[in-house]
Amino acid sequence: MDPLIFARWQFAVTTIFHFFFVPLTLGLSIFIAILETRYVCSGDEMYKKMAKFWGKIFLINFAIGVVTGIMQEFQFGMNWSEYSRFMGDIFGAPLAIEALLAFYMESTFIGLWIFGWEKLSKKVHLATIWLVAFSANISALWILIANSFMQHPQGYMLDPASGRALMSDFAALVFNPNVIFQFPHVLAAGVSMAGFVVMGFSAWHLLRRHEATFFRPAFRMAAIFGLIGSVLVGAIGHFQGQFLVVHQPLKMAAAEALWETEGPASLSLFAIPNEEQQTNAFDIAIPYMLSFLSYNNFTGEVEGIKGLVAKAEAEYGPGDYIPPVALNYWAFRVMVGSGSLMALIALLGVFLSRDHRLDERKVFLKAVTYSAILPYLAATAGWILAETGRWPWIVYGLLKVEQAVSPNVPAWNIVLSLGLMTLLYTVLTITALKLGLEYGAGAVEIGKTAVAADE
Amino acid sequence: MDLNTVWFVLVAVLFTGFFFLEGFDYGVGILLPFLGKKDEQRRAIINTIGPVWDGNEVWMITAGGALFASFPHVYATLFSGFYLALILMLAALILRGVAFEYRSLRDDPAWRNRWDWAIFVGSFLPALLWGLTVGNLMCGFAIDAHMNYWGGLIPLLNLYSILGGLVFVALFTMHGANFLALKTEGDIAARAKAMGSKAWGLATALTVAFVIWTFFETDILTKSGVNGLIPALLAAVALLLSGWFNKTGKDGWAFIMGSLTVVFATVMVFAGLFPRILISSIDPAFSLTIQNAAASPYTLKVMTIVAAIFVPIVLIYQIWTYRVFRQRVEADPETLIY
Repeated sequence: MDPLIFARWQFAVTTIFHFFFVPLTLGLSIFIAILETRYVCSGDEMYKKMAKFWGKIFLINFAIGVVTGIMQEFQFGMNWSEYSRFMGDIFGAPLAIEALLAFYMESTFIGLWIFGWEKLSKKVHLATIWLVAFSANISALWILIANSFMQHPQGYMLDPASGRALMSDFAALVFNPNVIFQFPHVLAAGVSMAGFVVMGFSAWHLLRRHEATFFRPAFRMAAIFGLIGSVLVGAIGHFQGQFLVVHQPLKMAAAEALWETEGPASLSLFAIPNEEQQTNAFDIAIPYMLSFLSYNNFTGEVEGIKGLVAKAEAEYGPGDYIPPVALNYWAFRVMVGSGSLMALIALLGVFLSRDHRLDERKVFLKAVTYSAILPYLAATAGWILAETGRWPWIVYGLLKVEQAVSPNVPAWNIVLSLGLMTLLYTVLTITALKLGLEYGAGAVEIGKTAVAADE
Repeated sequence: MDLNTVWFVLVAVLFTGFFFLEGFDYGVGILLPFLGKKDEQRRAIINTIGPVWDGNEVWMITAGGALFASFPHVYATLFSGFYLALILMLAALILRGVAFEYRSLRDDPAWRNRWDWAIFVGSFLPALLWGLTVGNLMCGFAIDAHMNYWGGLIPLLNLYSILGGLVFVALFTMHGANFLALKTEGDIAARAKAMGSKAWGLATALTVAFVIWTFFETDILTKSGVNGLIPALLAAVALLLSGWFNKTGKDGWAFIMGSLTVVFATVMVFAGLFPRILISSIDPAFSLTIQNAAASPYTLKVMTIVAAIFVPIVLIYQIWTYRVFRQRVEADPETLIY
């Protein structure tokens, strides 16, 4: 058995699970901080109640985000020891800085926030949740700086003796142009996810006429959040795509299932890519559109997979350079499709939540409840595209995935840990979803601090 | 001091902080099902570490991250070599972290009891496995000329290192009991004190055996230059004083001396290792040292600047947190935060 395939699966499982829980905490911490700010400014107890209610949803997610994050960090040494040896000089730094700058702050101040309602003054308590929101997003920034090195390496030099990449310019590592797109993209995704989760729960309660005075304002705030988030995530994503057309052309060609070079290039809407014959069995496309999206003009030539592979072989030697085309094609469409739908729903939400008649829009509220799944689909698809689209590189142009895996870890060890972790994650995710739904739906009393929806 | 030495010391400081803080954290988790008879008592026990356990765990994450940044080869060799032990530890930590948050979400005794045992397992296993790992670091393991360890889990389960694991469990249990005696009231505090006394006896017996074995098995206490002898003696004195203060009812001092035991024991390990980090049992030349395993001078310089700015800030707000929550936790359903 080849350990490589299992190590890759483990990376996928760890990353997807981790990022299933993290983006909500990015956006929701800001949402809660805004609620508590309104409480402190206005003295209105309802905002405190709201902050506590959504705070519990935050904590359910935060707990899993933290613990899957440890695995996310440690797996580089465990499964990818050659990667850690050859890239550790430059890749280890942002991870250590993330822990030092962000994790300490986030975990310390979330403890103060949960247990400090009676022990801290109102303003200091408010500061703790803002620090949680700040550090959560700073931690995203540093992990994306690390990821951006893998996507678009810069700030390094190769040590001729050992072949290792050594950090040569810290500023270039930090201000990687990939981060300039990726960080706001992820931040906006987190904001949109928070908007949709809060909207979803609120819609569920409004449908059942639970405490409308509590959930109507939450819905409206969340709709605004969702709209800002999903519009920004799409807009930034567009420019990120243009950046990738230049810097990771194979990823974008795979995402478009564009086998042949086209100029002008048409945008595929629905295709069934056939990876063996390197063609699409079926394709509906809009002429000129891909050229426009790539270059802002209608005639630009977009290079296809076949031509790009020939170039890669000329530059890096023979090898397999084609990312999984069907996976990337559909991941891209799921991401963009979910995002567009979200922008539409959030816009409608902002419009319809102007007054009390929102409660009567049964069909809309029901649709909103189900649409809470959309940001999760989009975020997962987005990472699948970002990571598998980089094939065969673990660090683009520098180190291939197959060169990065630990030589001394036998396949059965990885199979065992993959099985254990998948089982654990699945059980915990189902539990988290159940608890989240139970609690968000107001079905549980939590000790005596419960904010039951029907009290 | 060159930057390689600075980072060796900094990694040692991070592990010392980790064992000191997570030490009582794990101890509290190990004692939870035994000292808490009723739900509000268990909740009170959890709440003694509730606001801080997450921040304490970050010491481990930061120690790992710092190892990655400053000694990437150590990170690669250790984490790939101790694969199965680490996976088991991570699974336990995942369970533990989730348990703290999820146990209160259902008011159902069976549900809460299950999560309490998850906290026990999630605290016991990491304590044992860290002790096992430290034992193997001290006696060395079969690292080859290319810095890889191929032996898998079985050779790591040698008796010396298993004893190291048991020492960790006993010390941390004692440390946790001392902490609880200080942070709880009434019944729980009394039970914690009694338990602290028992754990002290066990910890002392195991530690003495382990130190004697260390003297013959490893060069940690005997090698020329920097070695672990003086911190080992200081740890022994602190341990004895901790037991004495426990008997004479000085809970605060018992906790401080127990803490110093953990601190000096960790210092002993790192002093004994220096300037090596991972000892090869095949050939001393294959050992990973602060020179051959280190990041480049540039990376070490950048990281030194970052650490010099942020470590003090972290210390300030973490100490402040302990001050905010300095009061004892009452097992009173009216005031407990779930």
